[in-house]
Amino acid sequence: MTDRPRLTLRLAGHGKLVVGLAIVAAIALFAIVGPMLTQNPRSSDNPALLPPQPGHWLGTTSLGYDVLAQLAEGARGSLLVGVVAGSLAIVLSLVFGVVAGYTRGWADEGLSLITNVMLVIPGLPLMIVVASYLQVRSLWVVALILGATAWPGSAIVLRFQARSLRNRDYVSAARVAGERTPRILLVEILPNLLPLLTAQFLFAVVLAILGEAGLSYLGLGPNGSITWGTMLNEAQGGSALTRGAWWWFIPPGLLIAVLGCALSLVNFSIDEVINPRLRQAPAAARSVRKARKAGLDITAYDGGDGPAAVPAVGVSAPLGDEPREKVQA
Amino acid sequence: MSTLEVRNLVKDFKVRGGLRRSTLRAVNGVSFTLEAGRTVAVVGESGSGKSTVARMIAQLETPTEGQILLDGAPIGRRGRALAAYRHQVQMVFQDPFASLNPYHVVEHHLTRPLKIHGVARGKEVRPAVHALLERVNLTPPELYAAKRPHEMSGGQRQRIAIARALAPGARFLVADEPVSMLDVSIRLGVLNLLARLQREENLGVLYITHDLATARHFSDEIVVMYRGDVVEQGPSDEVILDPQHDYTKTLLAAAPEPSRHGRLRGEVRAELAGQAAAGYEVYPATW
Repeated sequence: MTDRPRLTLRLAGHGKLVVGLAIVAAIALFAIVGPMLTQNPRSSDNPALLPPQPGHWLGTTSLGYDVLAQLAEGARGSLLVGVVAGSLAIVLSLVFGVVAGYTRGWADEGLSLITNVMLVIPGLPLMIVVASYLQVRSLWVVALILGATAWPGSAIVLRFQARSLRNRDYVSAARVAGERTPRILLVEILPNLLPLLTAQFLFAVVLAILGEAGLSYLGLGPNGSITWGTMLNEAQGGSALTRGAWWWFIPPGLLIAVLGCALSLVNFSIDEVINPRLRQAPAAARSVRKARKAGLDITAYDGGDGPAAVPAVGVSAPLGDEPREKVQA
Repeated sequence: MSTLEVRNLVKDFKVRGGLRRSTLRAVNGVSFTLEAGRTVAVVGESGSGKSTVARMIAQLETPTEGQILLDGAPIGRRGRALAAYRHQVQMVFQDPFASLNPYHVVEHHLTRPLKIHGVARGKEVRPAVHALLERVNLTPPELYAAKRPHEMSGGQRQRIAIARALAPGARFLVADEPVSMLDVSIRLGVLNLLARLQREENLGVLYITHDLATARHFSDEIVVMYRGDVVEQGPSDEVILDPQHDYTKTLLAAAPEPSRHGRLRGEVRAELAGQAAAGYEVYPATW
């Protein structure tokens, strides 16, 4: 009995984290286990364009592929691209952001210049140009392209953060103690960047998955591999929409949206850990709203009228609010 | 006899304000000699350049002009020479809430200098950390070694910072306002700890402070700074009891004195206003 309210309280505080992690875990599990339980996603032995039914839970495509099998295989591809590209982006942003922020002089200027140039180059067109240059694109190549274009934004943020951290006393203290620069970066500064890095990594993963879907939809995705993006591309090519084959394009699209949503939820809760005020923000807004509505309520209670005054408050509060706001403005 | 000598130290900071660039002279020709077993106090108000002097001696800033001599030889600024210098000269920072990395436990803070300077290796490290903690009166050491900075009080943190500065076996200690961020009730404890360690180790201590009373009590020589300049310098008692410079007199007048407790605020302000006529900005204490 005593445990139950406590548990709900704990979950109430981290609802976003719990929901986000649960969805991410479910999708990851689907990507790992799914391909073992479904049929060969490249076998076209099935009848074409079957609607969902037992045996083909998500129907088949116009070429007779099982959609569920493709979805599971595509989850692998999309997640792989996301994680590889996200990791590459975070490593690059660390080099260009933290090193630039910690050092001074030419190293800082040079690294910042590259970051700024990369920042103003529009990402998607660059990806399209690079991707269309390469005739053979494996999953890895696409991930590398995505990762190599996704880092400048987080590098800028990391640079300012590292600049602020380099002036902290504990970094000075480490220098006085005789620590070498690489160790100061890795041991003294990096741990304090971890929450930020995690958030940026998740954001980079979302961006990469969306970017891969975009590239694949344009036909510039990995050849020979199945991802959610290539499924959408094939659905487009097979005119799934005009044929009404909703089971072909809705599952991959929905999964992309749900995964992006879940990773964002995790990100929001990390933000709240970094900045606890965010967690109180909804509550604060609510109490402000309540206080506004109760503007006359307080005086009513002072007069000892009790509940009798409440209905009148609801009517008069909006009227009473307006002039007050004008005075403040 | 080891000495740390500062000769005519100057520090300019570049100030960028929009298109205009100017230089701010934070420290203008500071000289003094720190000897083993003795304490030199640098006093002055905020912005007088005393912390910049400390940071230059700790080699966190490079002097624009002037020299720092360790045992008569100019100090090295890079590589092994710098490491050798750090082995001799250590620093305690002003704010113990900022000078300890919130991410690391106490043991990390003390282990690193021991390892870097080769004071202890392998299995010796842990006993050495515990010995350091005991020397700064944090017992039982096992308990404190596992704590993170936020689990300790300001005084305890500053003791950790002092232990860290002692770890390399330094002969000179730069203490940059070591108690100004601490609760008044524990300041004396930390200062007495510093004094005891100084006696035990025969340390040369540079005590940066704005508190004239503790400067007189704990130091042999006082250097008074105002806006980067040294306005007065000499043996502690002489400077405090017979101040020659108007600014020193102003500082002394602004310091609370228990014997004159109960004076009216207006009285004090009038007294300070008289000093201010000499051209120094005065922030009268209101007690």
